[in-house]
Amino acid sequence: MLQVSCGGCALLLGPSVRSSQLCYVGRGWRTASTACKHARDTGSLPWEGVVGLEVHAQINSASKLFSSSQVKFAAPPNSTVSFFDASLPGTLPTLNKRCIEAAVMTGLALNCAINKKSLFDRKHYFYADLPAGYQITQQRLPIAVNGLLTYRYPTGKKWSDMVTKCVRIKQIQLEQDSGKSLHDDFMRQTLIDLNRAEGQLRVDANISVHHPGEPYGVRTEVKNINSARFLARAIDYEIKRQTDILNNGGIVQNETRAFDYKLGATIPMRDKEGKQDYRFMPEPNLPPLILYDSKTLPRNIDAGQVINIDLIKEMLPELPNITRERLVEEYGILPEHSFVLVNEDGLKEYFEAVVKMTTADPKKIIGWVIKNLLGYLRQENLTIKQSLITPSALAELVTLLENKVISSSAAQQVFQELCKGGNKTPTLIVKEKKLGLLDSEQLEGICQKIVDEHDEEVAAIRKGNLKVMNKLIGLVQKASKGRTDPALAKTILEKKLQL
Amino acid sequence: MWVQKTIAKCWRTAGFTRFLSSQSKVPQNPTWRIEPETEAQDSHVTPELIDHLERLALVDFRNQEGVQRLQSAVNFANQLHHVNTDGIEPLDSVLEDRALYIRGDEVTSGNCSEILLQKAKSVVEDYFVAPPGNIPLPQKENEYLSTKGEDI
Repeated sequence: MLQVSCGGCALLLGPSVRSSQLCYVGRGWRTASTACKHARDTGSLPWEGVVGLEVHAQINSASKLFSSSQVKFAAPPNSTVSFFDASLPGTLPTLNKRCIEAAVMTGLALNCAINKKSLFDRKHYFYADLPAGYQITQQRLPIAVNGLLTYRYPTGKKWSDMVTKCVRIKQIQLEQDSGKSLHDDFMRQTLIDLNRAEGQLRVDANISVHHPGEPYGVRTEVKNINSARFLARAIDYEIKRQTDILNNGGIVQNETRAFDYKLGATIPMRDKEGKQDYRFMPEPNLPPLILYDSKTLPRNIDAGQVINIDLIKEMLPELPNITRERLVEEYGILPEHSFVLVNEDGLKEYFEAVVKMTTADPKKIIGWVIKNLLGYLRQENLTIKQSLITPSALAELVTLLENKVISSSAAQQVFQELCKGGNKTPTLIVKEKKLGLLDSEQLEGICQKIVDEHDEEVAAIRKGNLKVMNKLIGLVQKASKGRTDPALAKTILEKKLQL
Repeated sequence: MWVQKTIAKCWRTAGFTRFLSSQSKVPQNPTWRIEPETEAQDSHVTPELIDHLERLALVDFRNQEGVQRLQSAVNFANQLHHVNTDGIEPLDSVLEDRALYIRGDEVTSGNCSEILLQKAKSVVEDYFVAPPGNIPLPQKENEYLSTKGEDI
């Protein structure tokens, strides 16, 4: 979940083993076993990457974690800074209730054990954007520990090739963010903005390689990765780099590295050389944070001063994996479709709204929502909310199709018309454009004409080649400009050919 | 004004201080004795450690005397290890039994960049100006240290 934010960060750590999805792992030792002694000594065991992620996520709160100044994206420099944020002497931290609740909720969502007593610590380092010289965090006893996140991801090109994996969550902690530094190399100076609100997700990855079953190898830390794609590339690169070093008899250095997305490589970070010693110490200005549940809730206490874990549990929204399961079960859609519905913000709600407004089978609606609607939105670079096609319009269109008022090709034409905007309902479009299906009387004439003009095909059908019938139906469809019910056309043609 | 002066005078008089001490819960004399310094207690401050500490704290011990002061401070602090703390929970703060005050998520401060920026020596377009980011300190020859690598 997601530097430089509101001064309120939920942070979680999850060590996981990446192996199967990384082709380098195997390839690394194979090339090396012919080339170097080290690889032969260690046998033909493949190297396996071990990855731990430190994920910094900004909490969506009005004010900062430890001060009452505003959290605002792209605010003018230093405009949302309180005396505490500027580390003026004599100022003290006051913990934000919303941030505690967000951390607890995150912990619950990730199946963590919530610590009813957690502590705050000071982590010291010198940097111009950290005027106090320390950051308040939770190192010894964080707010939540020992979580588990189960996820599925595709292994092949096909959506249906999915594997289920688990990632363990070591801890979730509340952490104050530093300010933002802008480096001016030309003037040899650093500009400091203490607002702390960037609103982004930032990940540090700890990576090492080892032979399965053996102790973990020396790890490196790749800092400040800001996208999932770069994270994957940084991890893949680092596993390959370390594997190559080890295969060549080298030693992996315990160091901090940065990912250079232009090079597609990790490089040592110059400005944080040597061993980091953060000199952790208990934060003397904040007593332990005590959380309650409905059983332990003290009486006669100001409601603003207590956090009830049970109440937060009740407020927890339906979690994505539950939503996906429910969608598959309730609507009979494919699991891969449930991923698309959940991953696209607002698409699930859109789909469910359409389902409620029509009697058509949800399995038929899903295609319209995922293929047609999402395709159109992607092409026009629009969000679900910006869609010109309302759920009710799509529901009406699907109903027209379901009731055989229009053919599926006519439905596509109506959809294209809806994409152009305007207030016309599908029914009105069908009426104006005369897209409604032809009745048997109208179809009769067209079928007769097709039969008359295609002697060869008619002869072939009469000889028993019934596949040719589809060609005739296609011709009828074309002649009627897509307003033919294929089943009806087939019945009429069969009658005419006296089959 | 005169009240303040009188109080100050009282404070200075030994008798008053003694009166306060006798009321205090802090024992008049130490209840345990510091072991005399022994050779074994002597922690070894290596040039590498000095270098590391100077980098961490961004301080300069400057000369042999400064390093000796550090050495004796370390030795003094090391005596704490003689206190028997078996089975005693560490005390983070004397306030640790107090409830942590929880603030509602409301914006009540900020918007004072002018006041804050006034305190800075150098400002550019409402940014504080700092020297360029962490530049590794040059590996200096600590000429005030005796032969490199040897303990002091």
